[in-house]
Amino acid sequence: MNLKLLTKSIWVFHAACSPCNNCDIEILDLLTPRHDVERFGIVLVGSVRHADALLVTGVPNYKTKDRILQLYKQASQPCLVIAVGSCACGRIMFRESYNSPCDLDKIIPVDIYVPGCPPKPEAMIAGIVKLIKKVNENRK
Amino acid sequence: MKIENKLEKIKERFSKVIVSLEEKTKNRIYIEISPDCIFEIANFFKELNFRFAIASGVDTPSGIEILYHFSDDKSGKIITLRTLIKDKKDPKIQSITPIIKGAEWIEREIWELLGVNFVGHPNLKHLLLKDDWPEGKYPLRKEKNE
Amino acid sequence: MSRKIIPIGPYHPLQEEPEFFRLYVEGEKVVDIDIVLGYMHRGIEELSEHKHFDQVTFTVERICGICSNSHPFAFVNAVENLANIEVPERALYIRTIVAELERLHSHLLWLGLAGHFIGYNTVWMWAWKYREPILDCFEMISGNRNHYAMMKIGGVRRDILDEHILFLKKSLKEVEKGISIFEKAVRNDPVIGARLKNVGILTKEEAINYCVVGPTARASGIDIDVRRDDPYGAYDRVSWNVIVLEDGDIFAKTLVRILEMYESVKIIMQCLDKMPKGEIFKEIREIPAGEGIGRVEAPRGECFHYIRSDGTNRPTRHKIRAPSYMNVASNKIAAVGGTISDAAITLAAVDPCYCCTERTVVLDKNTNNKIISAEELIKLSYEKTKKLKRALYGDFIS
Repeated sequence: MNLKLLTKSIWVFHAACSPCNNCDIEILDLLTPRHDVERFGIVLVGSVRHADALLVTGVPNYKTKDRILQLYKQASQPCLVIAVGSCACGRIMFRESYNSPCDLDKIIPVDIYVPGCPPKPEAMIAGIVKLIKKVNENRK
Repeated sequence: MKIENKLEKIKERFSKVIVSLEEKTKNRIYIEISPDCIFEIANFFKELNFRFAIASGVDTPSGIEILYHFSDDKSGKIITLRTLIKDKKDPKIQSITPIIKGAEWIEREIWELLGVNFVGHPNLKHLLLKDDWPEGKYPLRKEKNE
Repeated sequence: MSRKIIPIGPYHPLQEEPEFFRLYVEGEKVVDIDIVLGYMHRGIEELSEHKHFDQVTFTVERICGICSNSHPFAFVNAVENLANIEVPERALYIRTIVAELERLHSHLLWLGLAGHFIGYNTVWMWAWKYREPILDCFEMISGNRNHYAMMKIGGVRRDILDEHILFLKKSLKEVEKGISIFEKAVRNDPVIGARLKNVGILTKEEAINYCVVGPTARASGIDIDVRRDDPYGAYDRVSWNVIVLEDGDIFAKTLVRILEMYESVKIIMQCLDKMPKGEIFKEIREIPAGEGIGRVEAPRGECFHYIRSDGTNRPTRHKIRAPSYMNVASNKIAAVGGTISDAAITLAAVDPCYCCTERTVVLDKNTNNKIISAEELIKLSYEKTKKLKRALYGDFIS
């Protein structure tokens, strides 16, 4: 499958590991009139099989780490992974938690990290744009 | 009924089992009782229309302390029942879930995080931790660091 | 009748947090429900014991993103109760303003999601559009749209400047217009009425049994509100009403939240006018040994924190109880007996803040039963709305 074709319109699936929900609300905020990412062709889909990219939020914990790996495998390849929020990037204050085994990028490969607690919607859009540029450059 | 009358009734009925009763700070009353009376007193609190807020389990050197927090919404006071389970190897206490449905989840949580057995609980199994969490490993117990 | 199991979660696109409800259905009716938690559990109570008191304020903020002010507020109340700290007047007013702004944004968020669950996507877009001015207010006061980090033991971390007050009042007037649009829509639209009235009823008796709190309780006739019963902040210095309705259905839960929003605007306006000049925090150097309990009325209900200290700079025990811990369990009554097309909105009606309570459940008993996907469940909800519209307006409106 030609990765470059993806950059015309990215279909994203939102998967939450163990978030505080803030990043997830800001992701949904992207669909609302102020930011309206649908005009860029970024569409939130209901099934991981239709997704070109996974937006992952939250800290992986013992119950969710297997599920997030399962989801990644279910997505049609190539599937890009965007770690949204500082928790998905590096667990920050939850590093010492007894219920969190490891960072997200030890479970699935991450292509773009969007730090912030939560990252502003503008930061998320910037992250997706960087991803599109990265994918286009790799093809050259 | 006013809170002062309710407290009088509690003191009257359970005078033999109450170790201490004090209003430590404004609107916060702490009653220390022995663990075997918890069911009877919780039932009486239910009759007095106290709302069960939550229970806190604390691991202390002298045993596992469970605090049952009840709220008297008319007066705004929180009445906390403090019990100490001295046996840390096999701590157990009677479950209040049969009379207060709202206590079901917190008793399950204290069971899995502190290892206290709630006798008579209808559904004592993991609430938060994964089902194959290693037995005997209680995250909120202090000895785990030793 | 064959029994079908419908799993909702853990990754449903419109439920932002992974949570798992298993609905057991016979034909159209929901006969049982299993609620499983554990997908959000990050061990924050244990983490608190490793952090010092000032750090805990930031840690508990991240329990939940929607009520990210309620947990630090309850925590600082607990520590101030433990150490008998008197907070400066101005700080009490600022705390109240931030708490009420949070209530506004949280209720509008819920309204949007509820609209989406019954197929009114315009309600979703409009509710979240009216939410944006409030997030702008937060950004102006605190620097962040969410996780505003305003609370501190002994006061607040940032002041509300005179220049901010005009912007706040203007934004609130804008939001109030939006609230009145929603109130009219909910009260007058017959389809919304048909979808929400007499659906997902939680009787007063069952609500007391399950010890529910917040708008879920107030919609079932239970007159409780921590802001009035056990006053904190500046709630006893301004005048406002507690909204209580009797019916216990989703319509009552919706209306309670809408009417509460008017009260929130009233409270903030009075606070902005009455706020005295002065210090915004009291320097606290030591927390003595002891225990304290703090509670606040979060948008979803009573948020309860218990703190124990041994005189060092870290808590020895921090018990956190979010309001949804008590409310979600009541779904066992509210959802059972209803139809599958109403399941989505009923489960959402308690305004579950899953990360607060962390839920996810999957109990799999009968694996040879047919399974309907969560997406199809939402579609069923949309079908019901379409049918009602057709019945009321005829075929020319789809």
